Amino acid sequence: MSKPSELVQGTLDMLLLKILALEPLNGWAISLRLKQISGEVLGVSVGSLYPALHKLEQRGWIRAEWGSSGNNRRAKYYSLTRMGRKQLEKEAAAWSRLSDAITAIVNLREA
Amino acid sequence: MSFVERFSSLCLRTRALFRREQVGQEIDDELRDHLEEQIAQNVAAGMPAEEARSQALRALGGITQIREQCVEAKRFNAAEDFVEDLRYGLRQLRRNPGFSALALLCLVLGIGANAAVFSWLEGVLFRPYPAVAHQERLVALAGTSRGESGATEIAWPDLLAVRESCTQCEAVFVSKITSSTLNIGARAEVTVGSIVSANYFDAIGVRPALGRGFEPSEETGSNAHPVVVISDQLWRRRFHGDPNIIGKVQRLNNVPHIIIGVAPAGFYGTFVGWAMQFWVPASMEETFESGGYKLEDRGARWVEAYARLKPGVTRAQAQEEVSAIAARLEREYPATNRGRGMRLWPLWATPFNNAGTLLPTLEIMIVVVAFVLLIACANVANLLLVRSFGRRQEMTVRLALGASRVRLLKQLLTETLILAALGTGGGLLVAWLCRHALVLLLPARSGVSMYLPGAIDWRVMMLNAGICLAVTLMVGMVPALQTRELQLADALRSEASAVVGARGRAWMRSGMIVFQVALSFILLVGAALLMESLEKIRTTSPGFSTTSVVQTGVSLVAAGYDVPRARDFQDELMDRVRAMPGVESAAYARLSPLGYGSYSSTPIAVDGYDVPLEDQPTVEYNQVGPDYFATLGIGLLTGREFTRNDNENAPLVAIVNRTMAVGFWRGQDPIGRRVKIKGGWARVVGVAADSKYESMREDPKPFFYVPLRQDFARGPVLYVRTSGPVRGIAEALVSQVHALDANVALYELLTLQEQVNRSTSPQLVAVTLVSLLGGLAVILAAVGLYGVISYSVAQSKRELGLRMALGADGPRLLRMVIGRGLRLTGGGILLGAAAGFALTRMLGKLLFNVSPHDPVAFGSALAAMTMIAIAACLLPAWRATRINPTQVLRS
Repeated sequence: MSKPSELVQGTLDMLLLKILALEPLNGWAISLRLKQISGEVLGVSVGSLYPALHKLEQRGWIRAEWGSSGNNRRAKYYSLTRMGRKQLEKEAAAWSRLSDAITAIVNLREA
Repeated sequence: MSFVERFSSLCLRTRALFRREQVGQEIDDELRDHLEEQIAQNVAAGMPAEEARSQALRALGGITQIREQCVEAKRFNAAEDFVEDLRYGLRQLRRNPGFSALALLCLVLGIGANAAVFSWLEGVLFRPYPAVAHQERLVALAGTSRGESGATEIAWPDLLAVRESCTQCEAVFVSKITSSTLNIGARAEVTVGSIVSANYFDAIGVRPALGRGFEPSEETGSNAHPVVVISDQLWRRRFHGDPNIIGKVQRLNNVPHIIIGVAPAGFYGTFVGWAMQFWVPASMEETFESGGYKLEDRGARWVEAYARLKPGVTRAQAQEEVSAIAARLEREYPATNRGRGMRLWPLWATPFNNAGTLLPTLEIMIVVVAFVLLIACANVANLLLVRSFGRRQEMTVRLALGASRVRLLKQLLTETLILAALGTGGGLLVAWLCRHALVLLLPARSGVSMYLPGAIDWRVMMLNAGICLAVTLMVGMVPALQTRELQLADALRSEASAVVGARGRAWMRSGMIVFQVALSFILLVGAALLMESLEKIRTTSPGFSTTSVVQTGVSLVAAGYDVPRARDFQDELMDRVRAMPGVESAAYARLSPLGYGSYSSTPIAVDGYDVPLEDQPTVEYNQVGPDYFATLGIGLLTGREFTRNDNENAPLVAIVNRTMAVGFWRGQDPIGRRVKIKGGWARVVGVAADSKYESMREDPKPFFYVPLRQDFARGPVLYVRTSGPVRGIAEALVSQVHALDANVALYELLTLQEQVNRSTSPQLVAVTLVSLLGGLAVILAAVGLYGVISYSVAQSKRELGLRMALGADGPRLLRMVIGRGLRLTGGGILLGAAAGFALTRMLGKLLFNVSPHDPVAFGSALAAMTMIAIAACLLPAWRATRINPTQVLRS
C-alpha cells in the first residue's frame, strides 16, 4: 500500500462540498465517505476535517443542523447552501482546468 | 447569497462572538459523536472496549487543538477588522495633523451649521415648549373669518363649546398672552404673562414646583378669583426664592393677587419667543384685557388656544370635528358667529406667536446649511483625494499581499467614518454653543425676556447621526473609488503611472471645485438679494416720520382705571406732555402702526351704496386722538384733524385714507359724505395720505380713523414729537406720569424707527444668517480652490519649469495659473447662476421690492466670487513663478 500523498492544497474544501452536494451528512459519515470515494489515496486526518467544515460553514457555503445519530446522540448534519453549490461549480471548473493543464504537461514530458 | 442565508450567516458569526462557551460545547458534542462512532466501529471489528477507545482517540488527534482551530475558523472577522481599522485610522489621523485639523474644521463647520439649524427648528418650531408633555400631539386652535386668510381670536363661550364636545381632543386649553404692571415696593414694571383656562397646568402636564395650579371653578365669574402662578424666574429674581411665597399677595395691574403656585424651573409657558412670567385664570381677564367682562360674550374674540389630540388622531380628523362644532355654533348663534370658523394649525405654524415670523427664515436656512455641508464635504473629499495619492504605494502593497478590494474599501470608509463622527461631535458642540443665538438676532424688548432655545434631543441626534453616515459615504467613496483604478503591476512600477492616475483625479477634483463655486455663488446671490431687500425695506418711507417721534404708552387698564377716570387721566397727562420743553406735539392712538396688536375692523357702507351686511367690504381702522396726523407726520390731503371737540357727545366723524377715498367715492371729494361704521353713520372730515399699517411689505390698502374719544380705549399708545434729543424725553415722561399716579407704569419708550426695525426683524434675521453662512461657504470654497490650484502647481512643476526654461516669464506663469483657477470658477459661476435663477424664488416672502432675478444681486455675487477666486489662486501662482527650472528639470 502506497503512502497517502499530501492532499493538494485547497482541494479538501472542494471535496467536502462535493460530498455534501450528494447528501447531507454528519462529520463521522463525511470522514467515512472521504475514505470511501478517494480510496486510501487522499489521507485526510480528522484533525483537519472539522476545522475545514467550520470554515465552510462560516463562509456560508454549508449550513449545519443538529439532529440525532443512530444511538440517541446529538449529531451535527451538514448540507450545501445555494452559495456553496456555486462555489463548488467554480472550484470544480478551476480544478479541471488545472488538472488538464498538468496532465498535458505530464504527457508532454513522457513523449 | 440570498438575504436569508446572509442573515443566518451573520447570526452565526455574531453568536460565535458573544457565546464562545456554547460554541465550544457544540464542537465538543460534535467531536464526541465522531469518537463514539469510531469506538463502535472498532468494537464491531473485534477490538476490546479499552483498546477501541484509545485507538479512536489516537485517530482523532488532539481534541483541544481541533477545538481551537474550529473556534478560530468561526471568529467574527468583521467586528475585529472594524476595531483594527479604527485603530489604524486614528493612527493615520494623528500622523497627518495638518490634514486632520483642516478636514475636521471643514466638517465641524458644515455639520455644526446643520446641527444648529436643526436644533433651532426643533426647539422653536417642533418642540417649542420645554417641560410640556406630548408636544407632538399639540396643535394651535384659532378662529377664521370668511373671506380672510389669516387667523382670528376665539370667543370664550365658543372655546368652551369645543372643549366640551371635541371627542378627538384629549385636552383643549387657553393661553392668551397679556402684559401687566407688577408693583413691587415703590416700583412698577411691565412684564408678560398668560391668561389661561383652569385646566392649563393639567393639560400641559406641568406641576407647579410650589403650591398648586388652578381649580376648575377659578375660570368663572367676573374678576372672581384673583390668584396667580408665578414663574421660577420671577420667583427667584423678585422674591429671592422665598420658600414661604405661597399665600402672599402680589399686585398685578394694581389688583391684589394671591400667589398660589410657582411654576417649575425650565418651564417658560406656551408662547414661542417670550418667557412668560405669570399665569392668571380666565376669570381675571377684565383686569388684563380691555373691553370689559367677556366670558359670556360670543362677539368678543380674544382667546388664543391649543388642543392636544388623542393618540392616533390626525389633525385632519380633529379639524373635521372642530369644523362641525363651529358650523353648529354658526347655526345656533348667527348674530355673532356668521361666517366664523375655527381651524387647527400645526404647532410650527402657530399664527399667534413668533413661530410664524421665524418659519420662512428657518425654511430657507435648511437649504442654506445643506449647501454649506455639501461644500465642506467637497473640501474634505478633495483633501482625502490628495492623501489617497500619497497612499497609493501602501494600498498597492496591501493588494499585492492579498488584501481584498472590499477590505481596503472598508478601511477607507472606516477612516472617513472616524472623521465624520468627530465632525458630528464637534458639530453638536457648535449647535449647543449656538443654542441661544437666535435671541441675539432679534431686537430686545424691555419687560420681555426672550427665549428661543435650540433643543438638542434624540431626534436632532438621530438626524445628525444620519448626516454623519451620509457624509461618510459621500466623502469616503471618492478616494475609495480611486482604489478601483489601482493596477497592481502599474502601481508597483513606480511613479511613471502617477501622472496617468493623476489625470482622472484632477478631473474629479476640478469637478468638485466647480460644484463648490456653484453652491457658494447661489448663497452669495441669496445673501445679496436679502441685503438689498433689507436696505429697501429700511429706506422705504412707511408714510409717517420715523425720526424725532417716540412712542410709549400708559396702560390704565393695568392700573385699574375705569373709563371716566381714564379719560381724565389721559387729558391731564396730555396737557402736561404738551407743556414739556422740546415737545412739538403729542397724540394718542389705540394701536401703533407695525405693532403686535391687530386693528379693529368693520363692514363698511357709504351713502348711496347701502348693501346688505354680508356683502359689505370689511375695512380696518384705528382710534386716534387730536393732533395724531401732525405728530406722526402723516399728510392730510384735504379736510381737518380730529380735535378735542370730537368727543363722545359730538356727532360721529371719521378720516379716511387716500386709497379708501378713491375706492369708495371714485374721485369725488368725500368730505362731508357719510360712512356707516359698526351700524352708526359717521361723517368724513378729512382724507389722509396712505401709510403702512401692519407691515412694511403691504400694498396700499383702504383704512380709516375714528376719534379715540368716540371709540375709547384705556391703554392707548402715546406719541411725542420732539425737537430735542429723543432719549432725553424718557425720564421727563416718567416723572410726569408718576406725578399723576405712581402706580401707573410707562411702556417701553422707542422711536418710530425702532418700531419699524422691529417689524422688519425677520428680514434682519434672514440677512444675518444667510450672510454669515454664505460667507462661511465662500471661505470653504476658496480653501478648496486654493488647495486644488496649489496641488496642480506642485504636480506640474516639471512642466512649469520647462516653460520657464523655454522663456516664459513670471507674469506669464502667474496669468496661466490664475487663469486655470478662473476657468474653474467661471464654470462654477455659470452653473450656480443657472441653478440660482431657479432657486432664488424660494426666498419669496423674505424679498421686498427686489426681483429674485435682480441683476444687481447676481452682478455683485459675480464680482465677489471672482475676487475671492483670484485671491485664492494668488499664492499658488506666485509659488509657480518661484520654481527653479534647472533644479526641477534635473530631478
